[in-house]
Amino acid sequence: MSQKKRTSSQKSQAPSNRLSQVARNEAVDSDEEDVSLTEPSTSQVQQSLARLTVAQVDRKMAEVLQFILIKDQKKMPIKRADIVKHVLKEYKTIYSEILKRVDRTLGQVFGMKLVEIDTKNHTYVLINKLEPVELNITDMHTGSSKTGLLFVILAVIFMKGGIVKESIIWNMLKKLKVKCGEKHDDFGDVKKLITEEFVRQRYLEYARVPHTDPIEYEFRWGLRAEKELSKMKLLELVSEIVKNWCQLYAVGVFGGSCRNKTPAHGRPSGKKQNKQSLVPGVVLSDAFVFFTLCYPEYSCLSLRYILFL
Amino acid sequence: MPKDLTESHRRFLQEMMKCGIMDVSKCNSLYKKCCEIHKANYVPDKLDDFVNEINTPLQPMFMHIRCGMSEEDGQQYYALVNLADTEITRMATDYSDNELELFRKAMDFILDSDNGLASSTDILNLADTVQTKKMKKKDAEQVLQRLVQNKWLCEKNGEYSLSTRCIIEMEPYIRNVYQDSVCNICHNVAVQSQMCENPLCGIRMHFPCVARVFRGQPEPHCPACKDFWPHEIPELNISQSQLPAPSQPGPSNEKASRYGRPRR
Repeated sequence: MSQKKRTSSQKSQAPSNRLSQVARNEAVDSDEEDVSLTEPSTSQVQQSLARLTVAQVDRKMAEVLQFILIKDQKKMPIKRADIVKHVLKEYKTIYSEILKRVDRTLGQVFGMKLVEIDTKNHTYVLINKLEPVELNITDMHTGSSKTGLLFVILAVIFMKGGIVKESIIWNMLKKLKVKCGEKHDDFGDVKKLITEEFVRQRYLEYARVPHTDPIEYEFRWGLRAEKELSKMKLLELVSEIVKNWCQLYAVGVFGGSCRNKTPAHGRPSGKKQNKQSLVPGVVLSDAFVFFTLCYPEYSCLSLRYILFL
Repeated sequence: MPKDLTESHRRFLQEMMKCGIMDVSKCNSLYKKCCEIHKANYVPDKLDDFVNEINTPLQPMFMHIRCGMSEEDGQQYYALVNLADTEITRMATDYSDNELELFRKAMDFILDSDNGLASSTDILNLADTVQTKKMKKKDAEQVLQRLVQNKWLCEKNGEYSLSTRCIIEMEPYIRNVYQDSVCNICHNVAVQSQMCENPLCGIRMHFPCVARVFRGQPEPHCPACKDFWPHEIPELNISQSQLPAPSQPGPSNEKASRYGRPRR
């Protein structure tokens, strides 16, 4: 009985089956790029468009858009070849037209934009056109502590002039109780996270330093970070941290009330409630550590005792 | 002429996309906040209209922000769902084919059961029958954990049921395939419910609907056949003040046949 009911929806299941296959084949896609994909002329595009019904074109556009949104959930860059191969197929001549419409819809409805980060391989990322804003309503979804970590790393790289040796990042993270090779409660395998996942998502670049023995690596901002993060905003955040830090310093010098309340070792768990989290997962004391790494000349001050590090 | 979306609409939609599902009070706060941030005109109590404005351009994309009731607390929730078909398109990115198959089997098992629940043992046994690719019990346990984490299933005391998000998303499918699993009171699909013991009646009611209908009645009787209602009447949730919105009429019938009902 239900068998009969299910077959009627079988036809419409086809696109989604394709989509589920697609998501799993990410890794192998690039090898099968369609080399014959040359840019069709405008007249060819127009001819192809004329042969298709409005409904067909709209449907394709919707499928491409869903495909892009799904791929973006994992923050993986989207390759043009994948779109053509898995979604557009025989409609590939009108690729440019479809993409134009998709971009328009993304902007008008979702407030997002497709940005090409690699013009040679035609790879795109979805970036948010809306400014990041503290909403405080929706629950902190699991991605947010990773974002905090990423943010701290990006900030350090920025403050250090755009390139940072791997060892410096690990030293900094060690002070935040995030250790290389150790499994972290929130982040899991941190090394994998920052050298693989963040790199794959194009937030960071992890490159070998030439002529080093033993091999050393350095970190840079990735293409997605360049596009998504305003450096101005980052500077503003850093100056906020400094401002707050100065206030705490004043407390420390003129009335050490902070010191008496907390135990001598480790970070008291109640602390996160008092200190306003500037970035998810990053509490002020962490920010202080990051600050001293950027400005080591200040690290000799005994403020470390005040912030219990 | 559909109204053009503003930044406040887009912001709201982005948050919905991140959460997947949100209760009505949070939605209202979000709506207010979005209007404030983007200096749009905020009209209280017009959340439905606001959501409909977003739904209009979403429709060609087979997406929809739909309202539904939680079977646990009777609260209203908004969820972003796929209209494309009853297949779980959005899940496709996180779950492999055999994992999706397991979920499908678990969902059917739950819908087939009387009480809308499946024990972890039941589901692990189902893992053995997965055809796309063999699945070990250990892997199945992991999949179950992820399904709960991503709010597709909910777990209580080792028993699994469909989450509110799942029910809202799969509502057309459940209506189509399980035509009689409908609550007599609110006419929404009923996965976990109390059922009238009269074999000639057999109507179902959600737990929160039971609480509401029998509030203050020392001797509850079935609203359909008037037989004594033998089940324990759950406590009414304080915030359950209004009747949940009746569901939109689906393509299949709404009437639950009350007599000699063949359950699938």
